[in-house]
Amino acid sequence: MDRRAVAARFSATRRKGGLVNRWRTISRVLAGLAAVVVAGCAGRPVAGLRGTGDLGIVIERASGSVQIVDHSGRRSLGRIEGLGDLSHAHATVSRDGRYAYVFGRDGGLTKLDLLAGRIDRRIIQAGNSIGGSISQDGRLVVAQNYQPGGIKAFDADTLAPVAEVAAEYAPGRFSKVVGLADVPGQGFAYALFDAGEIWVTDFTDPSAPRTRRFAAGKQPYDGLVTPGGRYFMAGLFGEDGIALLDLWQPEQGVRRILDGYGRGEDKLPVFKMPHLRGWAVADGKAYLPAVGRHEVLVVDVTDWREVGRIAVAGQPVFVMARPDGRQVWVNFAFPDNALVQVIDTLEGAVIDTLSPGRAVLHMEFTPRGEAVWVSARDDDRVTVYDTATRKALAVLPARAPSGIFFTARAARIGF
Amino acid sequence: MTDGHENRLGYAKEGLVVRLLVSRMLVSSVLAVAAVGGAGAAEPDLVRRAQLVSMVRQDCGSCHGLRLTGGLGPALLPDSLSGKPAAALIAAVLGGRPGTAMPGWSRFLSGAEAAWIVEQLQRGFPPLAERGGW
Ligand code: HEC
Repeated sequence: MDRRAVAARFSATRRKGGLVNRWRTISRVLAGLAAVVVAGCAGRPVAGLRGTGDLGIVIERASGSVQIVDHSGRRSLGRIEGLGDLSHAHATVSRDGRYAYVFGRDGGLTKLDLLAGRIDRRIIQAGNSIGGSISQDGRLVVAQNYQPGGIKAFDADTLAPVAEVAAEYAPGRFSKVVGLADVPGQGFAYALFDAGEIWVTDFTDPSAPRTRRFAAGKQPYDGLVTPGGRYFMAGLFGEDGIALLDLWQPEQGVRRILDGYGRGEDKLPVFKMPHLRGWAVADGKAYLPAVGRHEVLVVDVTDWREVGRIAVAGQPVFVMARPDGRQVWVNFAFPDNALVQVIDTLEGAVIDTLSPGRAVLHMEFTPRGEAVWVSARDDDRVTVYDTATRKALAVLPARAPSGIFFTARAARIGF
Repeated sequence: MTDGHENRLGYAKEGLVVRLLVSRMLVSSVLAVAAVGGAGAAEPDLVRRAQLVSMVRQDCGSCHGLRLTGGLGPALLPDSLSGKPAAALIAAVLGGRPGTAMPGWSRFLSGAEAAWIVEQLQRGFPPLAERGGW
């Protein structure tokens, strides 16, 4: 795509002004390029006729803004401001791929219209939130909250509150909720950090959600659902091991895997908590961050036995399989957070170490994995890598960028 | 990644002192020489303060929140810390709180720097400096 031509036409549009001229210009651009978003007044993109399958957002954590990006064109389409405290912000995507729901630390839940390039709706739903997920049928958006501890369900269209489950694990005691993921059957699985439990809530009747509780282990810090939706795993901070729940047979309760993987050795300090999500599974194996060890643990998902561990450059934070499963990309906690390492899953070893910038916070693969976008907070940039050659394909300026969320998440269980 | 640290300090005065400090910072984080940044009991200078502000809001912020309103770790706002002895808080920052997710930061902070951070937290922590191009 010729970006210069677009830019030239865009400035021509601005010079001429006038609605008719503008539309004539826009339709000419559209005819030539199939899909173009023109940054209109005040930096807001205005959509022409186009799909959303290659759109996404980049969180700019310190300035309460997001950029809307196009991963086919590897470019930014504009910036939206006014989303509040976006430290640890997370996003889920509407079933039609048009809206992103951004969960802010300050409890803000913002529904962004990616096509119109504007905030569609915004509410403050809690005092302190860390993320959320969308239901199987796309009708409910569910937030996981630290304060007040629990989960809350909202109508995906209107953001009207629908239901709430307080994480009251003992009378008067509420837990922070982590690891929320949607599961088949209009359910959501999540873990209670302070209670050491996994809860699964069924929203089939949204006015009367039903919750089942399972003992998990000490201080679950995050969770994931395997790609098919069968297993929920919660990583434990307070002990070496992972809690595994078979959602097809929940009555069997939680099973522990990777028990005692630290072999009783002293833990290294963890300066940032690792994250888990369904991208951990590649070619029949799960690749999981060790806690307090500079290792990626490898588990066979047919029998859940440890089949290997891979030494890496620091405390892993995100361990993400490329969609085809041949590579796993890893970033790290402070102070090793200027590096990204690439594991070849056939060799079971690190094959490349990259330096995308200072404070690498997140990575997101394009839906079929030919490229990955990597954010570097302290260098104010996002680098797009070719995953095969590990060459940078593009560098996009962004203000203290953190999470990157592409619309392809809309179609995945557990996101 | 070669241009990094200079950029970061784009808002500070250019010059030998800055460069020196920046390279000392690098050395200290690479070799984990805790004393380098703060050189004993001296208060951190302006350049180092800017680094500490960024570190607290961004890196401590991953658990305590960018606005220090709390997350996995508790809020570090003046209200939440009032009445708590500074010495105990400084000890928590340097040594961590075993059995919890709070790690010790003595590899990266001198005693004087930890004391400065706690003093600022109790008083109301300074905002992030604007960076070039924002
Ligand atoms: C990996 C998560 C994490 C990071 C990163 C982290 N903290 Fe903490 N911090 C905690 C937790 C959890 C506690 C609560 C410990 C407890 O239960 O006593 C805590 C407690 C504290 C306390 C004591 C608060 C009180 O009211 O007693 C201070 C002060 C503090 N942290 C400062 C810092 C500073 C400064 C940094 C960065 C240099 C930092 N923390 C980074 C998790 C973290």
